[in-house]
Amino acid sequence: MGSIQLKSVRKAFGGVSVINGVDLDIKNGEFAVFVGPSGCGKSTLLRLIAGLEDVTSGEVLIDGKAVTDVGPAQRGLAMVFQSYALYPHMSVRNNIAFALKMAGEKTDVIERKVAKAAATLNLTDYLDRKPRQLSGGQRQRVAIGRAIVREPKAFLFDEPLSNLDASLRVQMRVEIGELHNDLKTTMIYVTHDQVEAMTMADKIVVLDKGSVAQVGTPLELYNRPNGLFVAGFIGSPKMNFIKGPSSERRGAAILGIRPEHVAVSTTAGEWPATVRLAEHLGSDTFVHAEGDGIGPLTLRLEGEAPLKPDQRIFVTPREANIHKFDTNGRRID
Amino acid sequence: MAMKQSPAKRVGVTVAAWLVAFLIFFPILWTFLTSFKSELDAIAMPPKFLFFNWTLENYAEVQERSNYLKYAFNSIVLSVGANFVGLLIAVPAAWAMAFAPGKRTKDLLMWMLSTKMMPAVGVLVPIYLLFRDLGLLDSLWGIGFVLMLLNLPIIIWMLYTYFKEIPVDILEAARMDGASLLNEILYVLTPMAVPGIASTMLLAIILSWNEAFWTLNLATSNAAPLTAFIASYSAPEGFFWAKLSAASTLAIAPILVLGWFSQKQLVRGLTFGAVK
Ligand SMILES: Nc1ncnc2c1ncn2[C@@H]1O[C@H](COP(=O)(O)OP(=O)(O)O)[C@@H](O)[C@H]1O
Ligand SMILES: [Mg+2]
Repeated sequence: MGSIQLKSVRKAFGGVSVINGVDLDIKNGEFAVFVGPSGCGKSTLLRLIAGLEDVTSGEVLIDGKAVTDVGPAQRGLAMVFQSYALYPHMSVRNNIAFALKMAGEKTDVIERKVAKAAATLNLTDYLDRKPRQLSGGQRQRVAIGRAIVREPKAFLFDEPLSNLDASLRVQMRVEIGELHNDLKTTMIYVTHDQVEAMTMADKIVVLDKGSVAQVGTPLELYNRPNGLFVAGFIGSPKMNFIKGPSSERRGAAILGIRPEHVAVSTTAGEWPATVRLAEHLGSDTFVHAEGDGIGPLTLRLEGEAPLKPDQRIFVTPREANIHKFDTNGRRID
Repeated sequence: MAMKQSPAKRVGVTVAAWLVAFLIFFPILWTFLTSFKSELDAIAMPPKFLFFNWTLENYAEVQERSNYLKYAFNSIVLSVGANFVGLLIAVPAAWAMAFAPGKRTKDLLMWMLSTKMMPAVGVLVPIYLLFRDLGLLDSLWGIGFVLMLLNLPIIIWMLYTYFKEIPVDILEAARMDGASLLNEILYVLTPMAVPGIASTMLLAIILSWNEAFWTLNLATSNAAPLTAFIASYSAPEGFFWAKLSAASTLAIAPILVLGWFSQKQLVRGLTFGAVK
């Protein structure tokens, strides 16, 4: 079991409020991702759950029980740190075994569990090495191995992939996803990368300046962002925001349209624009254009679009995919 | 920083370094040589460097006159014991200051350092009287206690600087792994800080070994360490250079050997934080 609830959790560091009253409900077995720009309080929120920081007010509940007075060692959660935080003076074997030793497990049980975790993570050949003798990806695996041997109630990941290069990051992302499928243990994963959030999460929690902006499945957030912040944060390339006559006509202060939800014509359309740059990726073409009177537009066209800088185009948003926001930046339905 | 140096400059720097090292080392060498001279050779003018009648009689006489081994034993017990106890107190203290600092931690550290700037004579009388009334004069426990307190600020300071270099993530990982505070300090922090702890201890032991003010004032015979042994060679008979040199050589020999075998730690300890 590993359900986690937060009730009006606040955290201030010396008078500066960092988490401003967060309510959250993470179900057993769920893969929840905290996402938001750097400095919005993701790590702090995770550390409050872990018990590495004390809440200023509010409650953290694990399996329905308040753990405010329970230390990190007793909460039964495992954490994977951005820096891996391996014990540099211990072999891989002892790194993985440490938690079991602390729990007073018998030697043969420890051996069996370490061997199993090492096999799962392809670390069997490296058990006697020290962390400094491993590559970044292997260190990451040891950090994960250290977490899984404990059979925790939930895993907490704090930007675990941000120190890896791009291709390894994609590979590890898949491995962590598979791990979740196998173990079916609750996971809370912190990242500033919305692509990681979209690809891995059952539930995304978007944080903005210490408050929850929106909670939902990846597609809910993509299709129905509740405000400008989430609309701009989720999706890549970013959603275009348009003010002026075309939004007023549709009864909104600001109109949002994703780059992939437009039609482009060279002859006629709603927004005349000038192409600034076309990025040809083969599968898609990203077009950066300057709309007359509406500012920069990013467009994503399928396949190869034969567009060149300075060319005149006409952009028409697909009506069904238009998002409308009021003057406060909230969604209008 | 790898700076390109011309060969001439490198030779110059090397020669200068050797020269300075020799100047610093010379008194020790001279003491060592003198300890093998007769009293006459010892004061001969011009001084005899290597060509004199080498003799062991000074050592024989020193051993006859005073029990070197007893003093050496006291020195070892005091400097190792006091600093070991100091270490047991300093590790948790430095942990708290490095990893769980409060608003006043910096002030506390400065205050501890400031005690080192206080002239010791200022508290000699009260401490002497206290020791007299508690029956601690001339006892290893009493002197050991004072030596421990003398070094405690330095040990805490040095450990604090070392601990500050250790990523707190690793300690937090241990906490997440279910380690109690004691286990965290014992199995994670201490092993990572071994080089720092070793050089701190080495420095502290040398300081205690050389500590003369308190050991001379609070110990007369039973608990007297090598500082008292040396001091006993200065007074009544006038100066006997050769015998004094033999006594001095004996007094510094153990610590010199210790220092020799742990040069690397020592240098790292003394320059720590200066170069990063
Ligand atoms: N121990 C601390 N003391 C003071 N301020 C902190 C501390 N930890 C985090 N903060 C502040 O809290 C805010 C959120 O930090 P963090 O949770 O690390 O953000 P994120 O992980 O989303 O990048 C930042 O402004 C940071 O400076
Ligand atoms: Mg962070």
